[in-house]
Amino acid sequence: MAAAPMIQIVDLFKSFGAHEVLSGISLEVPAGSTLVILGGSGSGKTVLMKHMIGLLKPDSGRVIVEGEDLVPLGAEGLERMRRKFGMVFQAAALFDSMTVYENVSFPLREHRKELTEEQIRALVKEKLGIVGLKNVEEKYPADLSGGMRKRVGLARAIVLDPKIVLYDEPTTGLDPITTDYVDEMILDAKKELGVTSVVISHDIASAFKVADNIAFLYQGHIVEQGPPAELRRSEHPAVKLFLSTWFGKN
Amino acid sequence: MIRVSTESTQVRPPPRRPNPLVQAIESVGASLTRTVEDIGGLASLLADVLRWAVRPPFRVVNLMAQLDFVGVGSVLIVALTGIFSGMVFAHQSARAFELFNAKSLVGPTVTLTITRELAPVFSALMVTMRAGSAMCTELGTMRVTEQVDALETMAVNPIQYLLVPRVLAGLIMVPMLVMVFDLAGVGGGYFVSVAVKGVSAGTFIARTQQWLDPEDIAEGLIKGAVFGLYVALVACFKGYHASGGAKGVGQATTEAMVLSALGIFVLDYFVGVILH
Repeated sequence: MAAAPMIQIVDLFKSFGAHEVLSGISLEVPAGSTLVILGGSGSGKTVLMKHMIGLLKPDSGRVIVEGEDLVPLGAEGLERMRRKFGMVFQAAALFDSMTVYENVSFPLREHRKELTEEQIRALVKEKLGIVGLKNVEEKYPADLSGGMRKRVGLARAIVLDPKIVLYDEPTTGLDPITTDYVDEMILDAKKELGVTSVVISHDIASAFKVADNIAFLYQGHIVEQGPPAELRRSEHPAVKLFLSTWFGKN
Repeated sequence: MIRVSTESTQVRPPPRRPNPLVQAIESVGASLTRTVEDIGGLASLLADVLRWAVRPPFRVVNLMAQLDFVGVGSVLIVALTGIFSGMVFAHQSARAFELFNAKSLVGPTVTLTITRELAPVFSALMVTMRAGSAMCTELGTMRVTEQVDALETMAVNPIQYLLVPRVLAGLIMVPMLVMVFDLAGVGGGYFVSVAVKGVSAGTFIARTQQWLDPEDIAEGLIKGAVFGLYVALVACFKGYHASGGAKGVGQATTEAMVLSALGIFVLDYFVGVILH
């Protein structure tokens, strides 16, 4: 029996001015699984992800997280729902005026006010350990490499033990070794923490490595979705062309 | 059969030059539209800031940091501006009053002008340049590097966390700086009047006491509060809505500075009229 969907998107439409970015998107993310939304630049992947966490309101459609529709919620309701999420941004979006320790401990100070400084320190150390970082607590984001910043971003995203982690282009701009490390990090977060993950990417190799399911976004529509092996057999011309850029050579 | 296109042989009329008058009207129209949009945006942001200012959690640490940055950090430049403004004003007033033997009026003239006008306007301009520009750049950078989005995804309201402390700091600290300017300006004016221009100390003080009312000082403080609220709001508004990378942040900061400086003079007139 398939797991109940953690996230369900129903007939989502979104336009910016006259430009329709999302044209009737429907998809489901089962609890504990990893969905990769694959697509070219400008296909609306980031817009779709921002709807999942309520950073954008759709023109019509529903975004249901654990059975509750985000769309009609006000600021307070959205804040309550967002505690279920952690998000890793493309450029990490670490607070550059804070150290790594202050960045990772930030969500704890905001939402777990009962914790003592020792408990916070232990939790920060534990999460940094999960992403493979040691002795970086006192460094500032500007002192870290791109890969390290992404790992700190993930540590910050998982420090409150969220049910869902969203990754916005996690491997863009990274070298192949760091890309591989970030892929492992996504798999480890799923395995060790049991989180539901949504990854948006145009990196085919990473997508096929981390995904349980892949949805292919093209011109505002999900034109294919299913397990990676199924996507490879797709007859849709846009999907075939996109995948041929990787599988054609390998 | 060979088809010969006739298109290339047709002589096209030269493109019509845009009418300069139409261009000028369009430019003024666009500028007016932007101004109206800005005013609407500022009013909407003020409502949001007020709404989030009265809701817990109260960001006392953030507020203290902003009070320190806007207020304490500006004391020196405001005091220096005050001293030299008072000295210049006393020097020029004394020269003018000497012409009709009324140097005893230098004291009240300098004091009234400083407390009512120069202190609030110059203090707000100094805060705009020093703190407003920094606020706008910091918020703009946070916006374009997705740090503001990151706050939202962590269920932290960015208006409450970032904007409320900054706007409150402007509202609270500019009147404090007006008092610093008052003291420094009157001190500078006193020094030039008495030590350089030969006005007697007793005359300076007695005439000032005769003409200066508490309402004059209050007028300066009220203006300072209005200007402080305004410049902080403008800096936050432009920074919070910045887009387009480093260039966009630079443009937002320039717009914030122009809008703040112009707004101070416009508000100065209207607040003055309302208070009288």
